Amino acid sequence: MPSQLVKEYFRTENLPHIWCPGCGNGIVTRAIVKAIDNLGLNKDEVCVVSGIGCSSRASGYLDFNTIHTTHGRALAFATGIKLAKPNLKVIVITGDGDASAIGGNHLIHAARRNIDITTIVFNNNTYGMTGGQYSPTTPTGDKGTTAPFGNIDMNFDLCELAKAAGATYVSRSTIFTANMLIKQVENGIKNNGFSFIEALTICPTYYGRKNRKGEAVDMMVYLKENAINIAAYDKLPKEQREGKFVIGEIYKSKRPEYTEEYQKIIDSFSEGV
Amino acid sequence: MVHQELRLTGSGGQGLILAGIILAEAALYDGLNVVQSQSYGPEARGGASKAEVIISSKEINYPKVIKCDLMLALTQTACDKYVDSIKPKGILVVDKSISNIPIREDITIYVVPIIETARNSLGYPMVSNVIALGTIYELTKIVSKTSLEKAICNRIPRGTEELNLKALEEGYNLIRNHKEECIGYGCRFN
Amino acid sequence: MVDKNIKLMQGNEACVEAAIVAGMKFYAGYPITPSTEIAELSAEKLPRVGGRFIQMEDEIASISAVIGASIAGVKSMTATSGPGFSLKQEGIGYAVITETPCVIVNVQRGGPSTGMPTAPGQGDIMQARWGTHGDHSIIALYPWSVKEIYHTTIKAFNLSEKYRTPVLLLLDEVIGHMRESIELPKEDEIEIYNRKKPTCPPEEYKPYKVKEGDIVPEMAGFGEGYRFHVTGLTHDETGFPSNNGNIAENLIKRLVSKIEDNKDDIVEIDEYLLDDAEIAIVAFGSTARSAKSAVDILREEGIKVGLFRPITIWPFADKQLIELSKKVSRLVVVEMNLGQYYLAVDRVASKHTKVEKFGRVSGELITPQEIVDYIKEV
Repeated sequence: MPSQLVKEYFRTENLPHIWCPGCGNGIVTRAIVKAIDNLGLNKDEVCVVSGIGCSSRASGYLDFNTIHTTHGRALAFATGIKLAKPNLKVIVITGDGDASAIGGNHLIHAARRNIDITTIVFNNNTYGMTGGQYSPTTPTGDKGTTAPFGNIDMNFDLCELAKAAGATYVSRSTIFTANMLIKQVENGIKNNGFSFIEALTICPTYYGRKNRKGEAVDMMVYLKENAINIAAYDKLPKEQREGKFVIGEIYKSKRPEYTEEYQKIIDSFSEGV
Repeated sequence: MVHQELRLTGSGGQGLILAGIILAEAALYDGLNVVQSQSYGPEARGGASKAEVIISSKEINYPKVIKCDLMLALTQTACDKYVDSIKPKGILVVDKSISNIPIREDITIYVVPIIETARNSLGYPMVSNVIALGTIYELTKIVSKTSLEKAICNRIPRGTEELNLKALEEGYNLIRNHKEECIGYGCRFN
Repeated sequence: MVDKNIKLMQGNEACVEAAIVAGMKFYAGYPITPSTEIAELSAEKLPRVGGRFIQMEDEIASISAVIGASIAGVKSMTATSGPGFSLKQEGIGYAVITETPCVIVNVQRGGPSTGMPTAPGQGDIMQARWGTHGDHSIIALYPWSVKEIYHTTIKAFNLSEKYRTPVLLLLDEVIGHMRESIELPKEDEIEIYNRKKPTCPPEEYKPYKVKEGDIVPEMAGFGEGYRFHVTGLTHDETGFPSNNGNIAENLIKRLVSKIEDNKDDIVEIDEYLLDDAEIAIVAFGSTARSAKSAVDILREEGIKVGLFRPITIWPFADKQLIELSKKVSRLVVVEMNLGQYYLAVDRVASKHTKVEKFGRVSGELITPQEIVDYIKEV
């Protein structure tokens, strides 16, 4: 039996989802829905925009105004939607490849504009939908079907990228720390500006298998053991930081929001009439 | 029947496209058919710039100038490049700064100090284009004076009306004062 | 003195003026010669009418934002030129399959690639038809004067709303940049078509179900109480993805037939002196202006030539061209490319008459005399 949360916010007629056993995408999707529920948002005013990839299929399962766009372009579509109808709460669901490779340009410019969109990146370190190619977040040295001898690229720190580009809320959590993720999505939606939330998830089918990371549970344990809260991380001696990654609210600031700034231009003309 | 093809040439930044627009708008006020177009290179300033205006009492189909009745040239480069496009018996107005006046016995050439007048008499080099319009008016009367003045005031920055109308007047005078100094076809048979 | 409503206007400017009259409230674009004036004027004018303009980070982002805005319920437009038109093909395909009304202006320049940015071209005729991947039909309109740009822009919006499809408005550097006089119509003389919205209760709404007697599904906007799904995947009437072959087949066929079966409504052509013509020139956009001058010159010499000018480039005016091909001994397709529309004309007309092409890709408008010479020489 589906839970109350699933019944209320999922299009149960479209379930089961396409995700593999052990995939972390369900946990992230639930976290988003739980955050929306906690905030008591009106479903008619929530718009979920996704790109292409495993994670981007989530939009079809959710009972909001939903749009599954083209690869990498979710933020560009979302920008059009938000600017056309600023009253909508626009949430973008995207993956690491979708957001930072093919859609990297849209990501930095949405952040730069500080447009009120909350972006959740499902980072599973690989292109899952196409069968496990290396992505911009595949750690250097790890394998993918297109990096059979190990990835020689440096991997992106997506949160640092979003922060540098101008996002006013930047956070990271994992599917192991799901409650933290829920809180971050809530805070991201509440932030009046561009919010960027990196959700570290797992792909046991491709990334895990290719890199001998074990079963889904082993990968969850890895996330648990290597994620360190930002406050603790800052106090950690340098040598102990090796192989660890920060979770928590990484950056918060206030800047004028894009659609509000545009509204001022419109108002300057209507006031004159 | 009226049908005149005009070409205003020089370099980017001399306001020739605006001059073309003003001339076209004046003709429109007079109830004539008009097409204004331009060709330009990648440069916003410098380079070769060319504005074209076709004014006709008939419908204008082909929108580009083939052979012009009148050509204005404010730079040597533009003058050399386009001088062959002037019809026999046509008119060429060249700025005095152009040292190599083209040799064409079949056209009338007026060498007038347009840029110098803008700079020295009016103190504003950017009104060269409006002075040029004054010369064109004086030579062709292709549009009415009232329409030309109205079109100028409609297209220039507010507050510069007096300066521009003065520049126009200077343009009229340049032709009146230099009529004797013209070269070529029209001068011999006048 | 002439009427106040008669103005000297640039082609690109007429496009923006008309778009606003047609109800455009959103524009997303990226600067590119020779279309940039359309973005600049939209930026200037839209906020004054409560609309919104955004300069996006690239061409693909622009078309994506335009589609997003349209799905949110707002009439939207973008403009570009060759290289940008190539990039926008991804979004155009998405608008086709999701049946999202929007207008994409392409002020054509010389190509391929960066080509000749400040010179005119007509090399995107086939790209307009088949630029995006997959089977589809498309509406592409191509006016030839400033006045016609105004009316055709309004028509582009109306057709996009009526048929729920992206409409391409093809211009070229010549007509986009030239200035002509235009008499602006009064508001009550202009017909505006708005997309049909659902009236059923939200739980009964199927975003891709065509009601009996309708051409396209009713279209709700995001935030209007109908929580529906949009996807670029093939989908059923509910809007959710489906891999079912029959559903895919029916969807794609419906998307094509909603346009191809309504050619009588969509296709607009202009004829000049064709009644007694023995030779017909087929031309569009700025080239058609040269062709019309050529017709006048040839007629003066007693040669019976006429002009067939498609204003609707796609869907193709095959019925009219077949009819014409039965009456003339030569059909000469004149275009600023090496024979694109010619291919389509030849396909339908070569059974009945000799179809010829005359084109040039030098970045200069073909002159009337060149056409005259060609027709007389051959």
